[in-house]
Amino acid sequence: MIEIENVRKSFGPLEVLKGIDLTVKKGEVLTVIGGSGSGKSTLLTCINGLEPIDSGRILVDGTHVHAKSTDINKLRCKIGIVFQQFNAFPHLTVLENVTLAPRKVKKMSRAEAEEIAIKQLNHVGLGEKRDVYPSRLSGGQQQRMAIARALAMSPDYMLFDEVTSALDPQLVGEVLDTLKMLADDGMTMILVTHEMSFARDVSDRVAFFHQGVMAEIGPPKQIFEDPQNEETRKFLSNVR
Amino acid sequence: MFDTALTTSDLLFMAKGAGMTLAVTGIAVAAGTLLGIVLGVVRVQLGPVWSAPLTFLLDIFRSVPLLIQLVLGNAFQAIAQFGWEPFTTSCVILSLYTAAYCTEIVRGAIDAVPATTRRAARSLGLNWSQDMGYIVAPLAARIAMPSWIGLTLGVLKDSSLILWLGMIELLRASQIVITRLQEPLFILMICGLIYFLLSFPIARLGGYLEKRWSPND
Repeated sequence: MIEIENVRKSFGPLEVLKGIDLTVKKGEVLTVIGGSGSGKSTLLTCINGLEPIDSGRILVDGTHVHAKSTDINKLRCKIGIVFQQFNAFPHLTVLENVTLAPRKVKKMSRAEAEEIAIKQLNHVGLGEKRDVYPSRLSGGQQQRMAIARALAMSPDYMLFDEVTSALDPQLVGEVLDTLKMLADDGMTMILVTHEMSFARDVSDRVAFFHQGVMAEIGPPKQIFEDPQNEETRKFLSNVR
Repeated sequence: MFDTALTTSDLLFMAKGAGMTLAVTGIAVAAGTLLGIVLGVVRVQLGPVWSAPLTFLLDIFRSVPLLIQLVLGNAFQAIAQFGWEPFTTSCVILSLYTAAYCTEIVRGAIDAVPATTRRAARSLGLNWSQDMGYIVAPLAARIAMPSWIGLTLGVLKDSSLILWLGMIELLRASQIVITRLQEPLFILMICGLIYFLLSFPIARLGGYLEKRWSPND
């Protein structure tokens, strides 16, 4: 379970998270929508400790993410994150990209790590590409590789930060299919996305962020068909 | 008809000088690169403000002509009674000079590794040193390679200045032969040719590494 309690975060004078409270249960798919600068991406990077927070706390399975005593690298094995930019390691082959963390962080043998990596690459449809370098992959393939790379650590939670935003429109589908498959497998996920129809299909709940505040949260049906908040209504009418 | 008084033993004498040039360059580049990597990482980690004193010190080594550094360094080691041989002094000064340039190359190369790539590495649970070792080092090495090759070639030629400490390296050896034979043009051509033969493999090494790495980019 991910518990977010009154989290505040500023970048200089700009407060991007103004007291967020949110709980994500095991197996839940939560989609976060909202305009740019609403704080949704920042929230994801705070959850796996890439960004410090100013106040409040974030607990992942009861572990305080930002506590000094927390072994953050160990905790990150539990929380996979995939970013808007694909962030492939350009000097490593696809297979090496995926096996690096299992080998170095989880101290797996090469054979063990490769077995898992190949399984994950097949899962995202990149089994054939394992020996090529990322530069030979399309954007969609690179993003699927990044997903396989995160999955190879067998995380309990997956965070997706606008993973289709940097893709050509015709490549968006293949990445969304991968996400859909993960959701169907029962992975606990928080997705920040601008793909509204996708959010509607896969989410258990949808949260709408506006100017650092979670303005509304509820089942997709409620958010998309009968939004209670004025800002949600405005946002949805603009993106439709 | 071409005629010269140059003998095999003169050539051997020049070759010995070339050996000295190579030895001093090899030591200076090796030590300077190691020190440059350490200081470059320190500079990145400390940030521009905290590393300002270090940057200032390195700026001195980069700004003062090497010849002055060699002469002053030699004088200081005598005053401080280190009792260094000219060879040691030459290696120490050239190493520091190399390190000063190498630090900047390393700092620039580390900074050029995209922050998002490093963030992705950390998000997978890699700690700082694993991120540095498996992601930053290989990527920064590619970025730094052309500048580092340039630095190495520069040090190889700048090392001729150690003749002012009485070292007989390639240029000094050639001068001695010229003084005796009075055939400056011919001997300088040979001297230049030897410098070229020493430099060429280094330059090619750079080209080779760039080519080897490029199919991945």
